[in-house]
Amino acid sequence: MNTILYKQQLSQDVFLMRLHAPLIAEERQAGQFIILQTDDDYGERIPLTIADADTIEGSITIIFQVVGKTTKHLATFNVGDKLPALLGPLGKPTHIENFGRAVCVCGGIGVAPMHPIAQALKNAGNHVTVIIGARTEELIILQKEMSAIADELIICTDDGTAGIKALVTAPLKELCEQELKPDIVIAIGPPVMMKFCAETTRPYKVFTQVSLNTIMVDGTGMCGGCRVNVGKEVKFVCVDGPEFDGHLVDFDNMIARLNAYKEIERTHYKCFVEKAFNKNVKEVQL
Amino acid sequence: MSYKTTAALQRQAQILLKEFAPKATSLKVKERQKIPAQEMPVQDPELRSHNMEEVALGYSFEQAQVEAFRCLQCAKKNCMEGCPVKIDIPRFIDHIAKGEYEQAIAVVKETTLLPAVCGRVCPQEKQCQLHCTLGKSLKDIDSSVAIGRLERFVADWERINNKIVIPAVKPATGKKVAVVGSGPAGLVVAADCRREGHHVTIFEAFHKLGGVLRYGIPEFRLPNDIIDKEIETLSAMGVEIKTNFVVGRTRKLTDLIDKDGYDAVFIGTGAGLPIFMGIEGENLIGVFAANEYLTRINLMKAFHADASTPVYPSKNVAVLGGGNVAMDAARMAKRLGAEKVFVVYRRSENEMPARKEEVEHAKEEGIEFLLLRNARKILGDENGRVTGMECLQYELGEPDASGRRSPVEIKNSEFILDVDTVIVAVGNGSNPLISQTTPQLDVNKRGNIVVDETQQTSMKKIFAGGDIVLGAATVILAMGEGRRSAASINELLAAANT
Ligand SMILES: Cc1cc2nc3c(=O)[nH]c(=O)nc-3n(C[C@H](O)[C@H](O)[C@H](O)COP(=O)(O)OP(=O)(O)OC[C@H]3O[C@@H](n4cnc5c(N)ncnc54)[C@H](O)[C@@H]3O)c2cc1C
Ligand code: FES
Repeated sequence: MNTILYKQQLSQDVFLMRLHAPLIAEERQAGQFIILQTDDDYGERIPLTIADADTIEGSITIIFQVVGKTTKHLATFNVGDKLPALLGPLGKPTHIENFGRAVCVCGGIGVAPMHPIAQALKNAGNHVTVIIGARTEELIILQKEMSAIADELIICTDDGTAGIKALVTAPLKELCEQELKPDIVIAIGPPVMMKFCAETTRPYKVFTQVSLNTIMVDGTGMCGGCRVNVGKEVKFVCVDGPEFDGHLVDFDNMIARLNAYKEIERTHYKCFVEKAFNKNVKEVQL
Repeated sequence: MSYKTTAALQRQAQILLKEFAPKATSLKVKERQKIPAQEMPVQDPELRSHNMEEVALGYSFEQAQVEAFRCLQCAKKNCMEGCPVKIDIPRFIDHIAKGEYEQAIAVVKETTLLPAVCGRVCPQEKQCQLHCTLGKSLKDIDSSVAIGRLERFVADWERINNKIVIPAVKPATGKKVAVVGSGPAGLVVAADCRREGHHVTIFEAFHKLGGVLRYGIPEFRLPNDIIDKEIETLSAMGVEIKTNFVVGRTRKLTDLIDKDGYDAVFIGTGAGLPIFMGIEGENLIGVFAANEYLTRINLMKAFHADASTPVYPSKNVAVLGGGNVAMDAARMAKRLGAEKVFVVYRRSENEMPARKEEVEHAKEEGIEFLLLRNARKILGDENGRVTGMECLQYELGEPDASGRRSPVEIKNSEFILDVDTVIVAVGNGSNPLISQTTPQLDVNKRGNIVVDETQQTSMKKIFAGGDIVLGAATVILAMGEGRRSAASINELLAAANT
C-alpha cells in the first residue's frame, strides 16, 4: 500500500505524486484531504488535499509545495518508494449542486484542490469561471486542465508575465459588479488570499466558501489543534470542515495560529536540509 | 513524607521478611495489621521532573511478599466487589505470599487482559482498595493492602522474565470480526474473539496502536514497552492489524459487513472529543486541549530531538481541570522545562477525580495547586499569544447532581495568573465521526452510542463498548465492556454456526 506510482516536478518547489491507495481512491469526494507521514516514528502528520483520484489504478493524486521539513522530505521520495503512513479521506466533501454561476478562485497550489471541485461543479451544470493567481508565469500549475473545464478562465500574475497583472480580487470584484452576479464563490489558496476574497465579495452578499488548511495532528477531531472561530462558534477544520463560509471565518486568528510554531519549524527545516543534503542553509523563508 | 530510595525500602522489607516469613501461614489478624504498608519505590522527585522515565519503580520481591502477608485472606472477599472485572484478589495475593508468581499471574489473567496496565493506572482507592477489610479495620484507606501494586508486580514479573504465554487459539471458524479502535476495549475484544478461532482485524485511525494508553497516558506513568508487548501478543495470536484506517471515512461502518464480509463489528472508538471552556481567549496561541498537548509528546515524540512535530515552548503553564488528564498534562509541562506549572481546579482536593497517587506525585514534583479557582478569560498580546489568565475564586456550596459540593463564585475575587500557556483538561465528549457517517446508529444526547445489556447497538451484528458508550471513564471499565462485547459476539457467531 501507499507506493508512489508517479512523480512530477511542476515548478521549482511544487511536486505532483500519484500514490497507490485504492480504498481512499474509492471513497474520496471533491474537497476531502489526507494526512501523511514521511516517517511513522518521528515524523509529523501533515494534511494535503486530494487533487484527483483514479479508481481503476487505485490511486490518488497529491500536489504539494515544499514549505518545511516534511514536504522537503516528501519531495525526496521517488517512484517505487512507499509512504510510511497515509490516512484518509478526511473532512467533509464539498457540497455540490447546480448553483448557477460559480466562480472558483485559486491562488498558488490552491489550483490543485480546486480542480476536482471545478470539475464537479461543471458536471452539476454550473457556469464555471476559474480565476488562477500566481506570483509569476512559471508558478502556474494545472492551467491546461482548468481551461478544459472552465467556461471562462482568468489568469492573474503579480508581475504580469501571464494573463493580467493583478491580484485575484480584481477580476473577482468585477464579476461581482456584473448584472449576473456569481451565485457562489469558492476560494482556495493562501489564507491571506482567502481572507481578501471574502472581503471582496462581502459587500455584494455573494456566498463565499473557503477551504482552510490549519495545523493538524490527528485529523479525526480528537485533539482540537485545528480549531478556528467561525461566526460565534469554534469549529474543528478536520471534521467540521475543511470548507466554511468565508464571511464568518476569523482569518486573523487563523493566520496567527498557523504561525504558532514558525520559529521551531524553521530550525527543523534547516537541520533537515543540512543533514539530508549536506548543505548550509543561511536564510529560510517559510 | 520524606523520600526513601528503592534500596532503603528493600532493606526494610528484608528485615520484615526475616521476622514474618517463618510464621507466614500462622499469622494472626492482629499481627498482620501491624505489618507496615509497603511504600512504592519511586524516582527522586527532583530528578524525575526532568525526565520521561517511569516514576513508580515497582516493588522488589521482598516488598511484594511483605505486602502480601498483610492480606487478611477474608472469607468474604469484599475487595473483589470493588473490582470491575472481579479478579480473585485474595487468591492471587496468597500465591505472592508463597512466592508462587506464575500461579499468581495466572489467577489475575483469568479475568483481566492488561494487568501491567491496570496495576499502574486503575483508581484502586475507589475500587478494590476502598473495600479492603484491612484498610477498614485500620480506619485508613491508605493502609489497605496495595492490591494494584501487587497486580503490577506479578504482571511485570511475567513480562520481564519472558513468561508471557500466547493464549491458545481454537481452530479457524471462518468467521470475521472487525474491531474499530485499539484502546483497551478494542484490545480485549480482539484477544477474546481471536481465542475462539475467529479471524480478527483491528482498524485503528492512528499509525500506532493502544488508544489513550499510547497517545494520552504519558511514558512516565505507563511505559510504551508494556503496550508494545500486549500488541505483540495479539499479533502472535494471529490478529490482523490495520493502522491508518478511519472507519466511517476510509470505509463506511456498514461496508465492513456488506462489502468486506465481516460477521460482526465492535466499536471501541473512545471519548476523543476535547471539551473547551467556552471562555474568551481560548483560541489564542498557547492554548491547547490536553489531548493535543499530550498527543504531540506521547504519540508524536515531540520531546525528542529527531521529531518533526513541534511542542510549544512554555515558561509558566496553567492546566485547567482536576482529573488524570490534568495531572498528566501538568507533570508533562514540568518535564518539558516549564518553570511554574499551576493546576487550576474549581472545587477542592476532595472532589478531584484524579487518582490519589498522581495528585501526590504531582505535588512532589512541584506542581502548584490553585484549588477553588477557575479561569474566566485568557489574555493575549497583539500577536495573538497568551500573556495571562484571569481567574476567579470559588467556595463550596450545596452538593450537585453528581453528589459533589458545587463551587460558587466569590464576587470581586478576580486575579491574574502570569502564564504563557494554558492547557484545557476539563473533559472529553464522544467522537462523532462514526455516528455522523452511520445515521442508523442510535446515540444519546451526549453522543454516546446506545447499547443493550449484551453491548449490542441499535444495529444488528454491531457492538460497542468503552468510552464511546460510557463517556470518558476508565481503562478497567473499558476492558470490562470489551469482555462483555466479545462474549456476545462469540455467542452470536457460535449460534450462526449451528
Ligand atoms: C491523559 C489521560 C489519562 C488517563 N488516565 C487514566 C488512568 O490513570 N486510569 C484510568 O483508568 N483511566 C485513565 N484515562 C481514561 C482511559 O484511558 C480511557 O477510559 C480508556 O482508554 C478508554 O478506552 P477505549 O478502548 O474505550 O478507547 P480509547 O483508549 O480512547 O481508544 C480509542 C481508539 O480508537 C481510535 N479511533 C477513534 N475513532 C476511530 C475510527 N473512526 N476508526 C478507527 N479508529 C478510531 C482512536 O484513535 C483510539 O486509538 C485517561 C485518559 C486520558 C486521556
Ligand atoms: S486535527 Fe486534531 S481535531 Fe482536527
